[in-house]
Amino acid sequence: MKGTFTLDGSEVPFHEGQTVLEAARDAGRYIPHLCAHPEFEPHGSCRVCTVKAEGRMAAACTLPAREGLAVESATDELRELRRGLVQLLFVEGNHFCPSCEKSGDCQLQAVGYALEVRSLHFPQLFPDRPLDASHPDVLLDFNRCILCELCVRASAEVDHKSVFALGGRGIDKHLIVNAESGRLADTSLSVTDTAVGVCPVGVILKKGRGFTVPLGQRTYDRAPIDAPPEKAGKP
Amino acid sequence: MKKLKVATASLAGCFGCHMSLLDIDERLFTLLEKVELDRSPLTDFKQFGPCDLGLVEGGLCNAENVEVLRELRRHCKVLVAVGACAINGGLPAQRNHLDVRECLTSVYGRTVPDDPELPLPLDRVHAINDVVKVDYFLPGCPPSAEALWHFLDDFLNGRTPHLGHGLISYD
Ligand code: SF4
Ligand code: SF4
Repeated sequence: MKGTFTLDGSEVPFHEGQTVLEAARDAGRYIPHLCAHPEFEPHGSCRVCTVKAEGRMAAACTLPAREGLAVESATDELRELRRGLVQLLFVEGNHFCPSCEKSGDCQLQAVGYALEVRSLHFPQLFPDRPLDASHPDVLLDFNRCILCELCVRASAEVDHKSVFALGGRGIDKHLIVNAESGRLADTSLSVTDTAVGVCPVGVILKKGRGFTVPLGQRTYDRAPIDAPPEKAGKP
Repeated sequence: MKKLKVATASLAGCFGCHMSLLDIDERLFTLLEKVELDRSPLTDFKQFGPCDLGLVEGGLCNAENVEVLRELRRHCKVLVAVGACAINGGLPAQRNHLDVRECLTSVYGRTVPDDPELPLPLDRVHAINDVVKVDYFLPGCPPSAEALWHFLDDFLNGRTPHLGHGLISYD
C-alpha cells in the first residue's frame, strides 16, 4: 500500500508500515529528532519530533503514516515545545560544549541551533557524574547523556553484547555499564562496536582523537542539521 | 542623531567576549559613530549612568558579581547575556558539583584568605538570569565577532536579532 499525507500543507508520499518521521525523511523533509535513528526501531522517548495531527500531539517517530493525515510540524507552537524539551535535556546534564570533543558533530547542539535555543530557561541541576576512563580505547562522559538508548539498542541488537543499559527511574534514570564492577574496561566492548559510533552526543568517545578535525570544520559547522538532505550534515 | 549609551561588564568571565567585541575590527568605527560607551572595562568610569544597552560577560561566582549585575540592570533598558558564562555559568560553573569550602581548603590549605575587601564566593556559580531579567542571550564561548556585530547591527537598527547557522554557537 502506498499513499500520501500532508506535512505543513505539502504532500509527502509513504509506503505501508512507514512512520511519519520515516516518510518525511525519505522525502527530504526534516522533522527535528534525537532518539530516532534510521537503523533502529523507534523509541519515542525524547519527544523532540512531536508533531500535531488531527489536533493531537504525537511523536512523529512512532506515528504511523496514514492516507490524508494532515501533520503540522514547523509551527511556532511546536517549535516552542521542542525548544523546551531541548532546554530540559541541557539542564539535566552538564553540557559544557567548549570542552566537549563532540562539539560541532553533536546532534543535541545541532538541534538547539536549528531551533535557535539561545538560553537554558530552566534552572540547571549540575549533577555529579564521574567519568569512566577505564577502557583503553573508549571514554565515557556520563555528564552528557540524553538517555536516548541508542547505545543500548546498538549494543544489544547489532553487537550482541548488551554492554549498556539504562537504570533508575524518572530524574534518577542513568546510563549503566553491564559489568559487576560497573566499569567499561570489564566489558567486552571494542572500539569498532556499533554502539561506540551511535551516540548522538559526547558520551561515548574514542580516545586519542581529540581535535583531529578543528572546530569550525565539523559536521554541523559545514551545514545545519535541517538543511536539505544533499547539503545537511550527516553524523 | 543622539548616540545610544552602552555599558559592558565582565563578571566571572575571562574577557574573551570583550576581546571578541574588539575583533569586529574596523566596524568599531561604525559602532562608535552610533554609540557612546558608559562604564565598561574599555573606559575608566566607575559608575553606571542611564544606558540603552548593557552587555554582560561572565556569570556570578561571588557577591561582587551580583552587586555589579544588579547595578547594571537598574541602569539599562536592554540587558544582554553575552557568552556561555553569562548564559549558563560556563567554565567557572564546572566547580558546581563540588563543595566550595573543600575547593578553597584544597587550594589554600588552612590559610584561606578572609580579607574583608575580598568578595565572598557563592556556593554555586550562577547564570545571570538566575538573578536579573535578561532581555537577550547571545551564546558562544565567545560569540564570534560576526555574531556580536550581527546582534549590534540589528539592535541599533531596531530589528529583533536572529542568529542563523554559523552565528549561533555554544562553543
Ligand atoms: S554533548 Fe553536545 S551539547 Fe553536550 S557538551 Fe557535548 S557538544 Fe555540547
Ligand atoms: S550514552 Fe549516548 S547513545 Fe547512550 S543513551 Fe546516552 S546519549 Fe544515548
